[in-house]
Amino acid sequence: MQKALTLYQTSIGKKAVMAASGVILLGFTLGHLSGNLKAYQGPQALNEYAAWLRSMPSLLWGTRAALVFAFGAHVFSAFQLWSQNRGARPVGYRRKKSLATDYAARTMYWSGPILLLYVLFHLAHLTFGQTFGFYEFDKMNPYNNMVYGFQIPAVLVPYLLGNIALGVHLFHGIWSMFQSIGINHPKYNIFRRDLAIGLATLLTLGNLSFPIAVMLGYLEPTTQTFYFPELE
Amino acid sequence: MYLILHIWRQQGPRDKGHFERHEARDVSEHMSFLEMLDVINEQLIEAGKDPIAFDHDCREGICGMCGMVVNGEAHGPQRQTTTCQLHMRQFQNGDELWIEPWRASGFPIIKDLSVDRSAFDRIIQAGGYVSIRTGSAPDANEIPIPKGVSDHAMDAAACIGCGACVAACPNASASLFVAAKVSHLGLLPQGQAERPDRVRKMVAQMDAEQFGACTNHAECEAACPKGISISFIARMNRDHLKSMIASSDDVEARPAK
Ligand code: HEM
Ligand code: FES
Repeated sequence: MQKALTLYQTSIGKKAVMAASGVILLGFTLGHLSGNLKAYQGPQALNEYAAWLRSMPSLLWGTRAALVFAFGAHVFSAFQLWSQNRGARPVGYRRKKSLATDYAARTMYWSGPILLLYVLFHLAHLTFGQTFGFYEFDKMNPYNNMVYGFQIPAVLVPYLLGNIALGVHLFHGIWSMFQSIGINHPKYNIFRRDLAIGLATLLTLGNLSFPIAVMLGYLEPTTQTFYFPELE
Repeated sequence: MYLILHIWRQQGPRDKGHFERHEARDVSEHMSFLEMLDVINEQLIEAGKDPIAFDHDCREGICGMCGMVVNGEAHGPQRQTTTCQLHMRQFQNGDELWIEPWRASGFPIIKDLSVDRSAFDRIIQAGGYVSIRTGSAPDANEIPIPKGVSDHAMDAAACIGCGACVAACPNASASLFVAAKVSHLGLLPQGQAERPDRVRKMVAQMDAEQFGACTNHAECEAACPKGISISFIARMNRDHLKSMIASSDDVEARPAK
């Protein structure tokens, strides 16, 4: 206990927490995307998948608790590091030239908070059933909730922005994570950037494929009605 | 060559500071950047004004004393070059240069372009050494060290402690400096005994000196006059995590000055 505390008190320890919680969140986003691909098998498949997720309450709540914890740890250490870094240069340069850093790295403290807002919005929309009065939320039919949502520009736009922020965040984050916990080796270092590009692209395009499919009319609302006791 | 210079003037740590405009005429392209400033200073002294304070010593790129930010780049526009080794041929006639000190809480400004880098000394004092028997020099080949390992250690040991990494880092983090110092000893057999303690002590002192945390921008590597790689930062992070998890001793940083 004492030792874990001490580690967290160092800046490197906080970065390790960022990386460990980041990897949990990354794992979740990958699982989340692969599950959602069920939408392409039709309304029935997606809704059954949703019901299946709810059929194991202990696993569901265990995962939710782990995610909330990881998210909290990630945001909390990000905030602490941010304040440390702000204090480290009270008087800035007239104009600093960037030689190596990139857009994604410079905007981590923008893309991160955007993700926080986006996640809240996303939960309000599909988990808590906020429809902004545009349509009727049907808790038995997650498929329709998604499709109806994406037909509304006011709902669509945050999804587009949120997932672009996710891609940008992960482009730097995944690479950065290896550095932060010291996974580096001259033979394999080049793959760290490739992996970051690959996963960030996969997640962004994968997630955006749903709203785009709705916009193009490829995913349409269903007239079928569903009943799953798990979704009660 | 004619140049317009905007040079940071600051009376002391508490003074607010401002840019002061100077014109440099008849600058030879063969002059070093510091020689160009020497000429300005002579003119200032002749005019009875206060010369610009800046640090320098060897003027051959090996001591780590010099350093200033020129147009937003630590040590100026030439890569892997200290300010003293930067020559005026890197600039064009009529250029306008903004010259600033290293800016970081860990490096309080003493005067003008001169900053107090004793934070680096305290980090070294915290653990940047090996405790070995002194006396007559050991035989050169007493401890066999593979060529690759000694080369790697030498890459880290090339650090001259100038502080350009801190100056260039968007977070004013000293990670590259500390990583280089942790690694050059940690790679060699002589450095193994104190390796876990060393990294914890040096990192604790680094944090206590109010430097920022690394966010992996790699600006330090680009600015480093010795081209030290950020792979040493990953190495330091790994060593530090290992040590924090495995070691039972607590480390307290000595408070910063
Ligand atoms: C409120 C939400 C979030 C905030 C404020 C935030 C902030 C940050 C910050 C400041 C960093 C440090 C980056 C650096 O090294 O400069 C970071 C890293 C990272 N983030 Fe986030 N983030 C958020 C959400 C997420 C989410 C949802 C994911 C995953 C899907 C994620 C994945 C990562 C990863 C993998 C890293 C790399 C860790 C490292 O640098 O060692 N983050 N985040
Ligand atoms: S004066 Fe010694 S390195 Fe520049």
